[in-house]
Amino acid sequence: MTATPLTLLKRYWPVAAFVALALLPYSGITIPGLFDGPLNSPGALQVLALCLVFGGLAAGYDLLFGRTGLLSFGHALYFALGVYGTDILVTKYGYPLPLAALLAVLFATTIATALGAVALRVHGIAFSMVTLAFGQVGAILVARDPGGLTGGEEGLALNAAGLPDMFVGVVNTVNLYWLALAYLGLVVVVLHRVAQSPTGRVFAGLRDDERRVGVLGLDPYRFKLVSFTLSSSLAALGGVVYLLLAAGASPHVASSDLTLTLLVMVVLGGPGTRFGPVLGGVLFTYLDHRLTDFGGSDAVDSLPGVLAGPLSQPLFVLGTIFILAVYFFPGGLAGLGTRLTAVRRAVTSPPRP
Amino acid sequence: MSTIVLMTVTGLGLAALYFLVASGLSLVFGLADVLNFAHGLFLSVGAYATWWAAGNLPGAGSDGWGFVLAVLFGVVAGTVVAALVELVMIRPLYSRTIEQVLVTVGLSLAGVAALQAGFGADPRPFPRPSWTQQVVTLAGARVPLDRLLLIVAALVVLGLLLAFLRWTRYGLIIRAGVENREMVTALGIDVRKAFTLVFAIGGAAAALAGALSGVYFGSVSPTSGASLLIFAFIVVVIGGMGSVLGSAVAAVAVGLLQQFVNYYGTSGAGDICVVALLAVVLLWRPAGLAGKAATA
Repeated sequence: MTATPLTLLKRYWPVAAFVALALLPYSGITIPGLFDGPLNSPGALQVLALCLVFGGLAAGYDLLFGRTGLLSFGHALYFALGVYGTDILVTKYGYPLPLAALLAVLFATTIATALGAVALRVHGIAFSMVTLAFGQVGAILVARDPGGLTGGEEGLALNAAGLPDMFVGVVNTVNLYWLALAYLGLVVVVLHRVAQSPTGRVFAGLRDDERRVGVLGLDPYRFKLVSFTLSSSLAALGGVVYLLLAAGASPHVASSDLTLTLLVMVVLGGPGTRFGPVLGGVLFTYLDHRLTDFGGSDAVDSLPGVLAGPLSQPLFVLGTIFILAVYFFPGGLAGLGTRLTAVRRAVTSPPRP
Repeated sequence: MSTIVLMTVTGLGLAALYFLVASGLSLVFGLADVLNFAHGLFLSVGAYATWWAAGNLPGAGSDGWGFVLAVLFGVVAGTVVAALVELVMIRPLYSRTIEQVLVTVGLSLAGVAALQAGFGADPRPFPRPSWTQQVVTLAGARVPLDRLLLIVAALVVLGLLLAFLRWTRYGLIIRAGVENREMVTALGIDVRKAFTLVFAIGGAAAALAGALSGVYFGSVSPTSGASLLIFAFIVVVIGGMGSVLGSAVAAVAVGLLQQFVNYYGTSGAGDICVVALLAVVLLWRPAGLAGKAATA
C-alpha cells in the first residue's frame, strides 16, 4: 500500500490537529465574534485551555458511559478529589506541586477502587443511584468544611507561593494552555490504547451484553472495576490541571451538576466514539462561556422579557439543545457526519430504474 | 427527654418531605422504568406556584383558607407540569431507558435555569401561615406546629395512595404493572395511560412537598428541589423501587437517622450516615427493603 498524502492525512490528522493546537499561541490571529482578543491573548488562551480540560474530562467520562456502558452520577467526586486534594496539600501543608498532584491522584484512585468495589455490586440504574449518593457525600464534605480544610462555600484559593514560577501570573497563561493540551492528548492516547487492547474489547462487550461476557468465562465485575478506576484517576488528573487554571477550588466542582454536565457533553458529542466526547466537551464549555456574555448582550436585552430571561441563562439554552439532541441526533455530533452522508447520497444519487 | 421528642418529631417532619418526593419517584420508576431527574423540578414548580398564588391569586393568601387555596393552586400546577412532561417528552422515548434519563437530566438543568431567570437565583421568603410558627407542648417538649403539619400531610397522602392502589381499577393496573408490565400489556390493557397517571400523582405529591418545604424552611429557591431530590433517591433505593410502603419506611429511617446524628454528632455527619446506610442495605439486599424486582 502506497502512502499518498491523502491517506497519510486521514491516518494522522489527530497528530496534525494536536501540533496545530500546540503552535496556536504563536499566531496572533483575531477571530471576530468567537473570541474577544487575538487567539494568543491570555483571555482567549484561558477559555481555550478550559475547553481542552473539559474535552479531556468528557472523554474520560465516556470511558465509563460510552465504552463500558456504566452510567455513573458520581464522577465529580474524583474530579473534586484531584482539585481539592492538590489544593489542600499545596496551600495548607506547603507541599511542592508535583508531589501534591501525585498524592492527590493516587488518593483519588484508591478511593475510586474502594467505592467502585461497593457500587459495582449492583447493576443498571441502582449503580447510578449509589454513585450519585457517594458523589453527594463529597459535595457535603466540601460544603461543611471539615477542620477548615476546604473553605466551605467560599472555596479555597490556591497559594501561588507554592507553585513553580511557570504557572503563576497572567503572562504564563500560555503554559497552562499547553498543560491543558498535554492533558487532553494524554487522555485521548490512553483511551485509544485501551480501546485497541483486549481489555478494551471486553469493555465494549460489557456495554453490549454483559451476560455474554460472563458466559465467555470473564469476570464482568473485575473489568468494570478497572474501567471505573481508570476513568476516575483520569478525572482526578484533570482536576489538577483545572485547579491550576482556575487558581483555586470552588464547591461547584464536587456538585452532582458537574457530573450531569459531563454527561451532557458526552451525549452531545457522541458516546463511544473516538473524538465525539472531546468535541462535545470543548463545544459545551465554549458555549457555556460565550452564552454568559451573549445573555448579557444588548441583542438579548432588547427582546421581550419572556424570551430575554431564559436566554440569559446559559444552562437553559444548553439544556434545551441537549434535549433536542437526544430526540433528533441520537449519535451526537460524531454521528452527524454519517447521517449527513446518508442524506446526501439519498438526495444526489440518480433514481434507480 | 424533651430533646429526644423534639428531635424525633423534627426527623419525622423531614421524613414526611422525603416520603412525599420519594413516593412519586418510586411509582414512576417501578412502573415506567424512568429515573426521573426532573422530579425536583415538579417540587420547585409547586413551591413557586404556591408562592405566586399567595401573592397574586384573588382569594388566596398566606393565612387560613387563602393559604389552602394557594397550596391547591401549587399542587394543580405541579400535576399539570408533570403530566405534560410525561405526554410530550417521555412518551416518545418509551422503552428507551437511557434516553429517558437523559431527557429528564436536560429538563432538570433547563428547568432550574428557567426558574432562576423568572424569579432570580436568591431564595424568596415564603408566605407561611402564622399558626405554623406556634408551638404545642408534646410529652414535655415544645414542638413547632409546622412539623406536625408535614407529618399529617404525609400520612394523609400515604393513606390516599394506599387506598387508591388497593381499591381502584387503576390502582390494580399500576400494582400489576410494577410487578410485570409485559403481562399487563399482553392482557390488552393500555399501560401508557397508567404512566401518565403515575406521573401526575407523583407531580402532585412533589408539588405538595414543595409548598410544605416552603412552610418548613421559610423560603423557596430554584435549587431547593435538587437537594431534596438526592435524599429522595436514596429513600427510593433503600425502600425498594415501586413500593409506596417501602418508601414510607425508608423515609422514616433516613429522616430519623439524619436528624439524630446531625444533632449528636458533627453537622453533616448525619447525611454521610444516610449514604452509609444505603451502602449497607444495597450490599445486604440489592433490591431494597421491599425487595421486589428492582435491579433493572
